[in-house]
Order: sequence, then C-alpha cells, then structure tokens
Amino acid sequence: MISEFRQHVIENLAKPNVRANFRKAMDGLMQRRLDQFPDPAELERIRTQAQAIRANALSKLPELLEQLEAKLTDNGIHVHWAETTEQANQIVLSIMQKHNAKTMIKGKSMVSEEMGLNHFLEAHGIDALESDLGEFILQLAHEPPSHIVAPAIHKSRQDVAKLFNDKFPDIPYTENIDELTQAARTILRDKFYSAEVGLSGVNFAVAETGTLCLVENEGNGRMSTTVPRVHIAVTGIEKVVEKLSDIPPLLSILTRSATGQPITTYFNMISSPRKPGEKDGPEEVHLVLLDNGRSNIYSDPELLATLRCIRCGACMNHCPVYTRIGGHSYGTVYPGPIGIILEPQKAGLDVHGELTQASTLCGACGEVCPVRIPIPTLINRLRYEGVRKDASTTPGTGSRRTTAEAAAWKSWSWSASHPAIYNFGTKAAARLRGVLPMQMSAWTNVRSAPQLADKTLHERMKEMGVADE
Amino acid sequence: MNNVARTNILQRLRKETPPQPSPCQGKEQDVSSFDWDRAERIRRFTERMEAVRAEIHHADHRDWLDVLTEICHAKGLNNLLLSPNTTWGQAISAQAGRFPTLRHYEQPIDGWKEEMFYGIDAAFTSTLGGIAETGTLILWPDAEEPRTMSLVPPVHIALLEVDKLHTTFAAAVQEQGWVEKGLPTNALLVSGPSKSADIEQTLAYGVHGPKELVVILVFSHPA
Ligand code: SF4
Repeated sequence: MISEFRQHVIENLAKPNVRANFRKAMDGLMQRRLDQFPDPAELERIRTQAQAIRANALSKLPELLEQLEAKLTDNGIHVHWAETTEQANQIVLSIMQKHNAKTMIKGKSMVSEEMGLNHFLEAHGIDALESDLGEFILQLAHEPPSHIVAPAIHKSRQDVAKLFNDKFPDIPYTENIDELTQAARTILRDKFYSAEVGLSGVNFAVAETGTLCLVENEGNGRMSTTVPRVHIAVTGIEKVVEKLSDIPPLLSILTRSATGQPITTYFNMISSPRKPGEKDGPEEVHLVLLDNGRSNIYSDPELLATLRCIRCGACMNHCPVYTRIGGHSYGTVYPGPIGIILEPQKAGLDVHGELTQASTLCGACGEVCPVRIPIPTLINRLRYEGVRKDASTTPGTGSRRTTAEAAAWKSWSWSASHPAIYNFGTKAAARLRGVLPMQMSAWTNVRSAPQLADKTLHERMKEMGVADE
Repeated sequence: MNNVARTNILQRLRKETPPQPSPCQGKEQDVSSFDWDRAERIRRFTERMEAVRAEIHHADHRDWLDVLTEICHAKGLNNLLLSPNTTWGQAISAQAGRFPTLRHYEQPIDGWKEEMFYGIDAAFTSTLGGIAETGTLILWPDAEEPRTMSLVPPVHIALLEVDKLHTTFAAAVQEQGWVEKGLPTNALLVSGPSKSADIEQTLAYGVHGPKELVVILVFSHPA
C-alpha cells in the first residue's frame, strides 16, 4: 500500500501550475539571497557568529528561560509555560475567556500553526483571523501554509483573484497584485479596528532585557500587537537569546537568508504592556512558552543543533526535492529540510520518519543554513535511527525497520566478512549479467537498467598485478 | 498546570549535562563595523530608503518647515497628526496656518479610534536616530508620539537629524546605550513603507501600515 506521503507527492507532482509557481519563486529567492552575500568570506564569518550566538543561548537554555521569565514579569508581561500544544491552546483560550473576547486578529506565527490554534478556537466559538496577506489568502482557501516564510507561495495571482472574487463578490475581479493587496488592506483594516485580542509569534526573545522581537514587512504584526487591548505572543522555548547585542547579527542574517532583504520593513521590539500615561498599545501582554518535544530534542548533543533554527526558510528555498514536490506534500507544519529533521523528532519516527527519505543528501540545505545546522548529517542520523533498535531519545526509534531489509543487510554483512563466499557471489553475478532483468520497476521507467561489468574489481586488480591483501 | 509545566520543562532541560557551546568562537566579533563618514552614511541611508520607495527630503534648521509645508501640499493632506509638545511639533504648531489642520493625540486611542483609523491622512513624528547600512529609522514611541502614529495613518512623515545617523543597528544599540537606558514599551526599526511579496513574490506597497514613508533629513549645518 502506498503511504500518505507518497500519495501527496504523486498528486502534487501532477500539478504543473503549482510546480511552476514553486520553481519560479524558489529561483527568485535563491538569487536574491545570493545577491545579499557578495563576499563568501564575509558570509562564512557571519554564519560563524550566528551559529555561535544560537549555540551559546542553547547551552544555557534553562537559565536564560528563567531570566527571560523574570525580566518579562518585571516588565509587566505575563509568562505561561506549556508542555504540549493542548496546554498552549488552553492557555490562550482561558485568556480570551477572561476578557470575554470573541475575536482574535493574528500576525504570522508558525507556532500557532503547530498548535492548530485556529481550529481549536473556532470550536470554542472564537473567530481567529489571519492578517498576514499570505496567511489571509490561505485561510480563505482553507489551506495550510506551504512555506514557512512565504506561506501562499504555491498560489498564482489568478488563483488569488478567483479566490477573492469568490469570497468577496462586491470587490471587482482583478488580477492586479496591487489592487488585490489594497482589497486585503481595506477588509483587514476593519478587523484590526475591532479585534479584542491580537496574537503573534516571536522571532527572538531577549533574556537580558525581557524583549519580544518580531520581524515583518506588512505592518500586520505591529497592528496585531499594538491595537487590540490584549496581546498574546506564542513561541517555542528555543527562541531565547542571551543579550540584546545578539540581535543585530541574527536579524541581519535572518532577513538576508530568508528573502534577500538587507532588513525587513519593521523590526518590532516589545518589552512591556501600555504604561501609565501611554495612549496606545495593549493593556495586557502574555507570552506562552511552548515545549512540544523541544526539551526532548535538547537532550541529544547532536540532534540539539535542530533547535538553533531561526526559521529563515533558506533550506527549503534551496532544496531540489521541496521545489519539486512543494510544501503541501510533507503533510506537516514545517516542510522542507528543516521539517524533515524537526517533525520526526517531535511526532516520532513512526509518524513522520518517512519524510527523511525526501532528500537527495545533496547538501544544499546545510550549505545555506545561516546557523550551520548540519541538516544532511541529521537526516542520515534519523534514517539510521528509524531502522535501528539501539536506544535513542528520538521517539519511534526502530519503527521503520523491516524484516526483509534487515535480513538483506545482515546477509550482505555476513558475506562481506567471508571472502570466499563474497568472491563466489560477485563472480557469479558478473558471469550471469546477461540474464539480469532489463525492467526494474519504477527505476527503469525513465532510466536504463544498470549493467554489471563482466569481471569483478578483484579480478581486474589481480590482472593488473595488485596483490589481494 | 502552569507551574507543573514549568517545572517539568526546566527539569527536562536540566536532566542532561548542559551541551557545550559550539566549538566555534566568534559570538562577540563585530563582523560589520564600518568607518563611514557623514557623507557616506547619508548616501547609503538614502540609497537603501529609496530602494524601498521611501521619499527622502533634505533640509536644515532654517528651512525644514518649508520642506514640510511643501510635502503636505504635494500630497494634498487634509490633516496632520502630531505632538504639539516636541521641539519640532512646537515649531510646526507656531506656524499652524501654513499646514493642513493639525491634529493632536489628545486622549488614549480607545476614545478616538474611529477617527484615528479612518480620518487621519498623515502623522508627523520625530525619530531617535537612523541606521545607514540598512536605511532604517529608529523609533521609540512614547506618550507624546504613540505607537499607532507611525502605523495607522496612510502617510508617515518622519524627521531624522543627520547627526543621529549611525552606521549599523549594532552601533546604534551601543552608542545610544539601549541596555543601560532600558528598552521602552515598544522600540521599532522602520525601513520603508509597509509592503508584501506574498502574491507571486511580487512587491506591493501599502499593505497594513503606511503606504508612504517620507523622511526629512535635517542637517545641523546647511547641507
Ligand atoms: S534549518 Fe537553517 S536554513 Fe532551514 S529554516 Fe532553519 S535556520 Fe533557516
């Protein structure tokens, strides 16, 4: 039986328009990133710095989280801890209920996607509206994001035009991107005006000053965190950094790696709710710190590197597999190379272990990652853990082991350590090469079958006079 | 639930020996420090700002009011929101007749939200400084110039004194002593008008924030 993941891949590969949208967008993003780093030596220096900042923060994670909590509390921000997404959802709900609030306006937040917050709130009679243009489009289309930075990247302007026309018949049909954007501005203005609670993610949380930092271009993040009376920020526990001076280099490499911009339009640093005498800003600010498997990843010295991620999306922009199969094939919140290593660690190799196959191990992701996460190495490690029975902290270890595969490797390893048998086997294969099948299932649909040589390597070396030892 | 979650998470994080910081040093190195002189800072700031469609006007201490008048006129503004109490705001208010109707943020937003959202054409604010490398304004909104002034009206006119133009964000944080001073409720970096590339990676300006950002660069000595 074909797996759900493979089924998605087959479906998405059969959508030429979506594939063209991805190809075009990824080519553009790769070029723009390249233009931002004209000097390879400088790029390596700033990657070293960014990697060190994140690694340093992780090395003191529990202390920094406590410091962050103390600072934020001092500043008047309420801090909540959640081990699971259910707990995080409950915390958000109880804040909404305390204020009797029925409407929420959301800035872009991948952690809220991870929580499935919109559906959860909907089930409790709360209207949660996405305000980032891409997320707004997807909410109208009832689709999940297909990219962590550019969520609606799979849609063309015609798709958006049809969608708007369908949902807002009063607005004249247009395929003009400026006009579509203005339509969204007008619709969402009223929502910013009336929403009772604003929700956002967090790009970096600074322990030293108790500051929540948000990176964005549209202003919807600022709207969501400034206009409603209550602001709730949700973030993974790994997002904390130690010092304010860590922020400028991280911000710079984040925006340059993500979209090839030297900086985004807005960098929003929030350190407290509205103070007495101030005339706007939320009266209450909450931060929800979500674990959801992160502390487990933290316990492995190698896999821990996963938590350095600053969610720039460069790894997916450069991934040949992602570009072809698209973000929706993965069926997870985080697609692409970061998703391949993160999702199986969170949900278990038994649930998402197959994703580790969605890589050619070409190495592009590891090469562009601004914090130098060795993604290919970690993919290999997770592939290995998926089929091994050794103890590991990753949930679902060994779940991808099959008897046939294990037996094949076992017999190979046995024959390779018995030279007489091995030589007999390889010689026999060489002699019998004529009778090997020309059709080898999917492989030969688009390729010719590999041909064995008529003599084994051992035989050739012997002919050349090289001794067997 | 909250405290249990907190204890459990911290306990799990502390269970293992803390991982070593990555072997690569270099967290503290300042990879992007530049010794640009004033002219170079202005050139870079202007280039970056104009690349994202911000308008840059040069002025000095004598003629900046004329420049502002012209901007208001050219944009056909019906009103201008400003603080009457900043040095700049006082000067503008003293010559109110030259400007569109001047509006003040007299009460908390809750009391006049509708007008703020739908009735204000433009806001004028000062800035704490600028960043040359990225073409960025630094704003520390306060009771005089609240956060929504640079966010809600369709046009934001910001005044930047040339002497407050720093080379990089890192330099600004250090030279202005952000950590020592303590951060305000909301500190902001603004680098152009609001924009989005969410449809086909094509830039569209004026999404949720101001559609236009106008910067008046004021020279302490005539330029
Ligand atoms: S893994 Fe690296 S490249 Fe991928 S999103 Fe995270 S920081 Fe960016």
